[in-house]
Amino acid sequence: MSALDEIRIVFFQECEEQLQELETGLTAMAGGETDADTVNAVFRAVHSIKGGAGAFALKQLVGFAHVFETTLDEVRQGRLDPGPEVMDVMLRSADVLNDLVAAGRDGGEVEAERTAPLLAELERLAGKGPGGHGGEDEDETPFNFDDLDFTPVAFDLGDLGDLDGGGDGPKFRVSFRPRPELYAKANEATVLLRELGTLGPVSTTCNADALPLLDALDPEGAYLAWTIEISGDVTEAQIREIFEFAEWDCDLTIEALGLADLSEIAVPDAGADTGISVADLLARIQGELTGAPAPEAAPEAAPAPAPEAKPAAEAAEKPAAGGEKKEEAAPVIRVELPRVDKLIDLVGELVTTQAILSQRLEESGAATTGSDLMNSVEELQRLTRDLQDSVMAVRAQPVKSVFQRMPRIVREVASATGKKVGFQTRGENTEVDKTVVERLAEPLTHMIRNAIDHGLESPEKRLAAGKPEEGTVTLSAAHRSGRIVIEIADDGAGINRSKVREIAVNKGLIPADAVLTDEETDQLIMLPGFSTATTVSNISGRGVGMDVVKQSIEALGGRLVITSRPGFGSTFTMNLPLTLAVLDGMVVRVEEDTLVVPLASIVVTFRPQPEDLQMIGAGQAVKVRGSTLPLIDVGLKLGYRTAPADPLTGVAILVEGDNNRRVALLVDDIRGQRQVVIKSLEKNYRPVPGIAAATISGEGRVALIIDVDAMMSDQSFDQFILGNEPIAAE
Amino acid sequence: MSSVQRKAAFAGQEMIAFRVGEQEFCVDILAVREIRGWTPTTAIPHAPHYVLGVINLRGTVLPVVDLSARLGFPASVPTPRHVIVVVIAEGQTIGLLVDAVSDILSISTDMMKSAPEIAQDQTKTFITGVVAVDSRMIARIAPERMLPERLRAVS
Repeated sequence: MSALDEIRIVFFQECEEQLQELETGLTAMAGGETDADTVNAVFRAVHSIKGGAGAFALKQLVGFAHVFETTLDEVRQGRLDPGPEVMDVMLRSADVLNDLVAAGRDGGEVEAERTAPLLAELERLAGKGPGGHGGEDEDETPFNFDDLDFTPVAFDLGDLGDLDGGGDGPKFRVSFRPRPELYAKANEATVLLRELGTLGPVSTTCNADALPLLDALDPEGAYLAWTIEISGDVTEAQIREIFEFAEWDCDLTIEALGLADLSEIAVPDAGADTGISVADLLARIQGELTGAPAPEAAPEAAPAPAPEAKPAAEAAEKPAAGGEKKEEAAPVIRVELPRVDKLIDLVGELVTTQAILSQRLEESGAATTGSDLMNSVEELQRLTRDLQDSVMAVRAQPVKSVFQRMPRIVREVASATGKKVGFQTRGENTEVDKTVVERLAEPLTHMIRNAIDHGLESPEKRLAAGKPEEGTVTLSAAHRSGRIVIEIADDGAGINRSKVREIAVNKGLIPADAVLTDEETDQLIMLPGFSTATTVSNISGRGVGMDVVKQSIEALGGRLVITSRPGFGSTFTMNLPLTLAVLDGMVVRVEEDTLVVPLASIVVTFRPQPEDLQMIGAGQAVKVRGSTLPLIDVGLKLGYRTAPADPLTGVAILVEGDNNRRVALLVDDIRGQRQVVIKSLEKNYRPVPGIAAATISGEGRVALIIDVDAMMSDQSFDQFILGNEPIAAE
Repeated sequence: MSSVQRKAAFAGQEMIAFRVGEQEFCVDILAVREIRGWTPTTAIPHAPHYVLGVINLRGTVLPVVDLSARLGFPASVPTPRHVIVVVIAEGQTIGLLVDAVSDILSISTDMMKSAPEIAQDQTKTFITGVVAVDSRMIARIAPERMLPERLRAVS
């Protein structure tokens, strides 16, 4: 991979972060938080994207970001009031910016009909600010992206005298002398100069005096300096902002050129640099001289502080300069995910090996309780466990990153369906394994689409039902008993059970005479091939049903449960493991095999007593804690034995699954509790009914982890035996 | 060694040959990751009879297929002298239980014949060709066909 490719990758990673920042900020602004910090953060996000995109010549992206930024600047300067209409444009612009970044990354383009209307709206907003700068704003001039090539343009100041002295002269003189560190940090003088050119007409002179003879030239040195005179409606802050990331590594002075200077300095020919024709420029100058007040130069005409004094001063000026809040200041490094995963794998191996070692030592009789050897083994065990927790924490991420993508979905679906939707998120800082976070995006997107498209009623119907016109969809996350629970709730009409039932019967999914509880009926919508939409809409009728959502959640080791109250709305609850890597389990024995029961599902273990046992139909039941529950013989259910075991010789484990359903699992013996590293059985084999995954036991052998919910199902697993056909020998 | 072509600059492939009962089979050496001794497996519920179970291969869960049973011969009774040939097929790593590894063959493309017509259709599923080496006929097996079909998504 070339260095440029790497930088490109980093750029797009950073774009992702900036886009998130943008979404967060805009959402906050839309919610009324229009303080300077928030607005600045939003502005900076767009600005950073624009800056980076320029380096990769992503013209469409730069162009859009530029206009977006201009409008944001109007808000930032207090000239444009961020009311609902403005924020709506901003949010939709953020969506387009998202697409543009994606297109830039994948080498595509976004259709002009998507960008053009927003560009027009943004420009309109930028122009209508009550401050009325209108015509003189630099942005009035269409930004010519073809001039963004890396061609340094030298200006001969000697020619300046040839021009008729116009009214407007350069406003600032910027002296910029990069130090070698600037280049070492991958900044580019060219990019900075070009960026300056976007602020207004510039005249650039290169000072090569410091350039030594070739034999004395350090290839990594910095010898060139530039003097840039910039005119137009520019503020010093704008110039400083461009050098924001570079100012520590260069000598930078920004001199405001007073109005008095105007007579002395001729209008520079900026045409070649920014694509503005001299005629246009003159026309603008004429306009300014006749009508508009002098640019805001006056208050800023004081000489810029000396560069040495500047950092402190600027820090005071712009508290939100970094766009980051103080609590996020912990230093961060970027690490490639495969490296973390390798580390996690290795720690997993270490945990397994440590367990094997402990077991061998105990078996050998060398380590007795309280002996030095045993103490050391226990210390090792503790350290290994801590190490594993720490490594797992590296992968933990707040669900925020995926939650933040949802407001956009809500906006799109709301506008496509003509429904009014208020969207709320809660618990977005809840942390869960990165893999889980990533794989949440698709099911969440789908369920939110469903919630708006199918769940919420049209504004008219809502009003008729005595509800507020605007429907509410709430997305929340929380930790609950070692798992993460994510809920999508709407306050719509709820599931129309009679209709669901009718469809299920019509489609042959259930027999016409099936007796189902309300809850069971609700779950029918997750059956494959089920779709309640009477018209196949663009939004949810894409051929992907709730069954696919359910499968993708189950693939993560999660469960999906639907609850609904007619007239009051539906809630989709996902219950997912925090990590796909480790699990606390109870190690049990069934016949000669070792199995693991996830500790999170276990309520209590007990030895069944004769008086608690009874037969219900063909199945056995056991009385525990006042209720009679099915007693499932794990060995029989999984086919480890063909005859039922005597419940009185075994141990029963009361487990709780989805919907708080409880059963007792009968195993032969309990061997202890252990944290186990989850290994996929599917990867090299295939999914096994009744088994959630595999792990490596203390003896170094494979042990299987029981899928508690599958054990509760009344379904026999026999039908799953495929490929059992004997092959005749030749 | 029987394979006379070993030293010749050849445009063919190398195969690992192994014995299963009285028969010899081979797989492309490029598909073989390692060869290891038999260790007891953990049974998988509801597995076909030719899937002996899974073993821990340095942290990877490795299903082990009794090649004899899979090809329709009597099931093997594994002993420590049995060998597991670990192969990679279509992204999955699986172990094939065989009696012993018998040879490494360098074969040219013209030595590989298609499976004889007399073979039954089902056998053909597993046999992708036959190599004649000296007086021996060695069938090449398709490792990717050794596992049972994956469960399809319930639909």
